Amino acid sequence: MKRIALLGMPNTGKSTLFNRLTGSSARVANWAGVTVDLSSAKILLGGHIAEMVDLPGIYDLHGFSDDEKVVRHLLEGHPIDLLAIVVNATQIERQLPLVLQVRSLGLPAVLLLNMADEAKRNGVEVDCARLAAHLGMPVVLLSAKYGLGQVEAMRVLAQALADASDVGPARRAQLQAVLSDDVRIEQETAAMMAEAVTLPLQLPEQVSDRIDRLALHPWLGLPLFFLAMLLLFQAVFWIGGPLQQGLTWLFDQLRQLALEPVAAQLPDFFHGLLLDGVYAGFVTVAAFVPLIVLFFFFMALVEDSGYLARAAFLTDALMAKLGLDGRSFVMVLMGFGCNVPAVMGTRMMRARPLRLLSMLVIPLSLCSARLQVFLFIVSAIFAPMQAPWVIFGFYLASFLTMIVTALLFRGRFKSSEPFVVELPPWRVPTLRQVAMRGWLEVRHFLSRATRFIVLGVIAIWLLTNLPLGAAPGSTDTLAGQLGTLFVPVLAPIGIDEKLAIALMFGFVAKEVMIGAFAVIYGMSGDALSQEFARSMDWVQAVSFMLFTLIYTPCISTIATIKTESKSAAFATLAVLWPLALAWLTSFVFYQGMRQILA
Amino acid sequence: MLHMKSKNHLLSELIPGQEALISAVHADEALHHRLAALGFRIGNRIQLMRRGRWAGPLHVRLGATDVMLRQTEADLISVSPQ
Repeated sequence: MKRIALLGMPNTGKSTLFNRLTGSSARVANWAGVTVDLSSAKILLGGHIAEMVDLPGIYDLHGFSDDEKVVRHLLEGHPIDLLAIVVNATQIERQLPLVLQVRSLGLPAVLLLNMADEAKRNGVEVDCARLAAHLGMPVVLLSAKYGLGQVEAMRVLAQALADASDVGPARRAQLQAVLSDDVRIEQETAAMMAEAVTLPLQLPEQVSDRIDRLALHPWLGLPLFFLAMLLLFQAVFWIGGPLQQGLTWLFDQLRQLALEPVAAQLPDFFHGLLLDGVYAGFVTVAAFVPLIVLFFFFMALVEDSGYLARAAFLTDALMAKLGLDGRSFVMVLMGFGCNVPAVMGTRMMRARPLRLLSMLVIPLSLCSARLQVFLFIVSAIFAPMQAPWVIFGFYLASFLTMIVTALLFRGRFKSSEPFVVELPPWRVPTLRQVAMRGWLEVRHFLSRATRFIVLGVIAIWLLTNLPLGAAPGSTDTLAGQLGTLFVPVLAPIGIDEKLAIALMFGFVAKEVMIGAFAVIYGMSGDALSQEFARSMDWVQAVSFMLFTLIYTPCISTIATIKTESKSAAFATLAVLWPLALAWLTSFVFYQGMRQILA
Repeated sequence: MLHMKSKNHLLSELIPGQEALISAVHADEALHHRLAALGFRIGNRIQLMRRGRWAGPLHVRLGATDVMLRQTEADLISVSPQ
């Protein structure tokens, strides 16, 4: 019985053709010398029964992937009377080299140009007679999907098989010669691997598996993950809180003991600009740096341990319902540190709609800059017992806005991105590694933030003190006039003109806002907190914070979204949608609470 | 030379803990390359470790590499259980 082997690149419709030609008689069999099971079937060709084998799809006859080795070993070890080479006619230019490689084996061959229908639609025309003359083998155009050209293919295969003489010793020698180089390389690789490299064949039942059994537990996995994140935040504040207070005290001492005496000689204008503007604004922000540093270090710890990849596994099913996937969730978590690297992180997604939807959602995650603002206001307005719960509530609100956004926009950004992600083993992160990663993040963050903070607080001080002679921070100043412009829009959500100024500058970078409070109110430290508590009630404060949470990504994030999406229209959407959502959310909250509490 | 083997299954049909040999990958070219790079190649041994809750992703092990993939992608991979 003669044997035909079906050979071609993956996804040329080779298996579809095999099924068409052989009907349902195919079975899976094990071939000597070959490690895999291959489908084969008996077919009737020109009055004779022949056996047809479906070889694994390969890109290169001389390649060293497992599939490529399988094909070579089969050709070497088993007599093949005819090779049927399947090529996707639309991609003939890229696939023809494989045909030439196969031809050099010296075995009788037939070229089957599949997907003729698609090729025709794409304007690919093949002159089969000419191609056949060049190749020295019959060429048939067909479409396995629709069964077009199948009769002709069967006829040509039968003819070629009848013409094929027995594979004599000369042919065998040519085949061996063509493949001998590959055989030598394979053997040499195997010899070197055996001598010099030890591969873990099957890793012993390791700790990693045991941790996974708990961390990826169907019921406990997700609650455990959120518990771990909660503990992480607790640790950040437990360690960072005292550091922040210490730093505030230190900055205060520095001002009173060193700066005030020196600056006393300066004219009033510069004294105010330098101390009440630059210094007060900058140190209010700088006091939060220990918290931010800790936050990034802990995030690096979680990421390097392999827990973030587990989070993708745990949340993928839920994220899929929002039109996102597990990786989007990981990016949202990264966004809690800073939105900018999180937006960049969406690069690993290939489908554009999925990337865009992720980029629309990520800026809603409560980044560390916004956290500073909330910590400041919450500690001024709420009792110490309530404060952690209020902050926790804002994280919930952050998630809710993301869910709403994804649900609203998932129809517009539909995608069918494959989700195939490596799950790294659990690792104990080394201190050095975490410190390095954490430090890189911190430096990145600080350089971005400081650039805007110094310029921001100077601009705010000038706006709140000019024109000369106006009472600082009053409605006569430039800032006061600007703020008044916003009153019609912001009054319904309980935000006054002073906070409006802070919001304007928060657009540049959110951490500028607390620097702005210091400058706008002309005080810092405890005095500023007391002024806050005096000038607004908790409903106003929460409304203001909700607005701050959602209203618009900072300039760095917007610039990153614009670069990553390469679309000004999308970047505009990423600014306008949160702005609308912020106002609506604050409006509903503020007016609703006023109704309830009235 | 030929002997019958167990029938082909889809990767998504394995039960957690079960091992199989990959017998075919029916993905388009881009995904095919990506899967091959992660070890989804014909003849490779694969083990289903677990399934995510609410029809979540599958956690599989190929040699020393662990991979998670969705049901949709797991349906593209034929295996013969061992």
